[in-house]
Amino acid sequence: MAIWLDENSRVVVQGITGSEGTKHTKRMLAAGTNVVAGVNPRKVGQQVEGVPVFGSVADAIEQAGANVSVIFVPPKFTKDAAIEAIDAAIPLAVVITEGVPVHDTTEFWAYCQSKGTTRIIGPNCPGIASPGLSNAGIIPADITPGGRIGLVSKSGTLTYQMMYELREFGFSTCVGIGGDPVIGTTHIDALDAFQADPGTDAIVMIGEIGGDAEERAAAHIEAHVTKPVVGYVAGFTAPEGKTMGHAGAIVSGSSGTAQAKKEALEKAGVRVGKTPSETARLMADIMRSL
Amino acid sequence: MDLFEYQAKKLFAEHGVPVPTGKTATTPEEARAIATELGGKVVVKAQVKAGGRGKAGGVKVADGPDDAFAKATAILGMDIKGHTVHSVLVEEASNIAEEYYASFLLDRANRTFLAMASREGGMEIEEVAATNPDALARIAIDPLTGVDAVKAREIAVAAKLPETALDGAAELLTKLWTVFVKSDATLVEVNPLILTADGRVVALDGKVSLDENADFRHPENAAFVDVSAVDPLEQKAKEKGLNYVKLEGEVGIIGNGAGLVMSTLDVVTYAGEEFGGKRPANFLDIGGGASAEVMANGLSIILGDPSVKSVFVNIFGGITSCDAVANGIVQALKIVGDVTTPLVVRLDGNNAEEGRRILKEANLSVVKPVDTMDGAAKLAAELAAAAA
Repeated sequence: MAIWLDENSRVVVQGITGSEGTKHTKRMLAAGTNVVAGVNPRKVGQQVEGVPVFGSVADAIEQAGANVSVIFVPPKFTKDAAIEAIDAAIPLAVVITEGVPVHDTTEFWAYCQSKGTTRIIGPNCPGIASPGLSNAGIIPADITPGGRIGLVSKSGTLTYQMMYELREFGFSTCVGIGGDPVIGTTHIDALDAFQADPGTDAIVMIGEIGGDAEERAAAHIEAHVTKPVVGYVAGFTAPEGKTMGHAGAIVSGSSGTAQAKKEALEKAGVRVGKTPSETARLMADIMRSL
Repeated sequence: MDLFEYQAKKLFAEHGVPVPTGKTATTPEEARAIATELGGKVVVKAQVKAGGRGKAGGVKVADGPDDAFAKATAILGMDIKGHTVHSVLVEEASNIAEEYYASFLLDRANRTFLAMASREGGMEIEEVAATNPDALARIAIDPLTGVDAVKAREIAVAAKLPETALDGAAELLTKLWTVFVKSDATLVEVNPLILTADGRVVALDGKVSLDENADFRHPENAAFVDVSAVDPLEQKAKEKGLNYVKLEGEVGIIGNGAGLVMSTLDVVTYAGEEFGGKRPANFLDIGGGASAEVMANGLSIILGDPSVKSVFVNIFGGITSCDAVANGIVQALKIVGDVTTPLVVRLDGNNAEEGRRILKEANLSVVKPVDTMDGAAKLAAELAAAAA
């Protein structure tokens, strides 16, 4: 079992003819993902890695049965690509692109909300992987086999690190929600989905400085999540007012600090590791005790 | 990127938001000349990116050109919360009847835009929010419809502005919204927004933060960069397309992925506690593709920092494979040349075994491979302490 992405997922790649799109289409196919279509209105009828190119997401849905879109287009075209996916009412759109202006994201998120038919993951995220079933995005497929841990994270490489450290247990689904100030799917959405997923026994949640998503997730866990949750927060030593790589990773005044997030999570009963390795050990202990 | 007041007001004026007439000066002589040109009373305002300028003595009224010279002499060179004043804005003094507050900002928590406005202006808005929350109107703005005349009036009314100020405030707010959208701002703030004795509504101050992700459609923003405040190493890194932040410490850090690098800073800080408080010297994310060139650029930036006594290269091979990274390190050391600072390297993930073998075979005395992140952090801190 998994959340949002499984063996029935049929992926369309928006931006399949670009270098990133082509490279990751190849990788997704190698991971066993059912990539059924690509989109580029100027290259209709061509094939990329054996995948047919359509003129629009709507065509890819109608003619190839796509139900997940992965968006690799450059930042200046991302808003239009997302709106096209939303207009086509695709159930899941994964926006990998980094560097999307936050006004654009806020706009397509509002549009997405007004339609109510598409789940957006990202932008600025590594995507979603249900090991052994399907892989939509750029998460390396061979780090871990399938298993019963769910993972939700703002960070790509920390996700990979955690998958690697816990590979003896395996993962149901790993969701990289992205490091931008405005994102579609949140920690809370993923926590709810993992809580409801019979294939997930425990959850790892990785956060970082900036905003208050982790604090809100903590309150949500306290009220709604009964499965064990282990947390990690990056950026304890980040200085105030400096953006640390991710556009959303910034401590503003006294808000958005790692310490506040850790305290909120611990107050909600979440065990928080001091380092990624310690976090993995906490989860390993839980998995062995189940 | 945060703008200076004078830059914010320039943006305001370009979109029709009323601001007092004024110019910037970097010397008292210039301040005098501007005051002469404006005539009458002027205000001399320190241009620093910090709040509380008035309290710190950085904003003074001058009753003529000579007084402007004197006030500018006092303010230029002043230190306000760690920021040195390099320029002052000299502008016509306004006849203030009332002071209000207005802003548009990105509301991260609710993933939308927010208008905030208050009849209580001229003081820190956080103070108003804490002591008199009812006086601060907060109105969500639908990103798809924005702020038109009707919405602007709704904001002004919610802020309990007096009848006499409503029309002027509503008009200013619609224009301020245009600034917010057209400039790709994450914050536009006017504090105080004033009602003058003759009934006009004017932006007496301006604070603007711009989204750097939108720089591609704002080539004009390059002119806003405060070159004097940019760390030379950060500037050099930016020119090379590297994501680098200078910190105060001794252990240089290179990693791939923002989250992993942030985590590396934390782990090094914890490890450094055992060695007299050794700390990370920087944040540097070399991203997914760690080619030899990127690695060499990163290394040369980090080794250009004289406080760096050891370097920790922390790579998790996801998309990048560790053998490519290892080759990158070996070649980078050749490109940079004469490296004597120890390089603790931790490679994990995709092709890590092969990467470690390459490093071992290269037999470079400065390279110290360690298998785990925690162990590598400890060694890097220890080596930094030993070199000090």
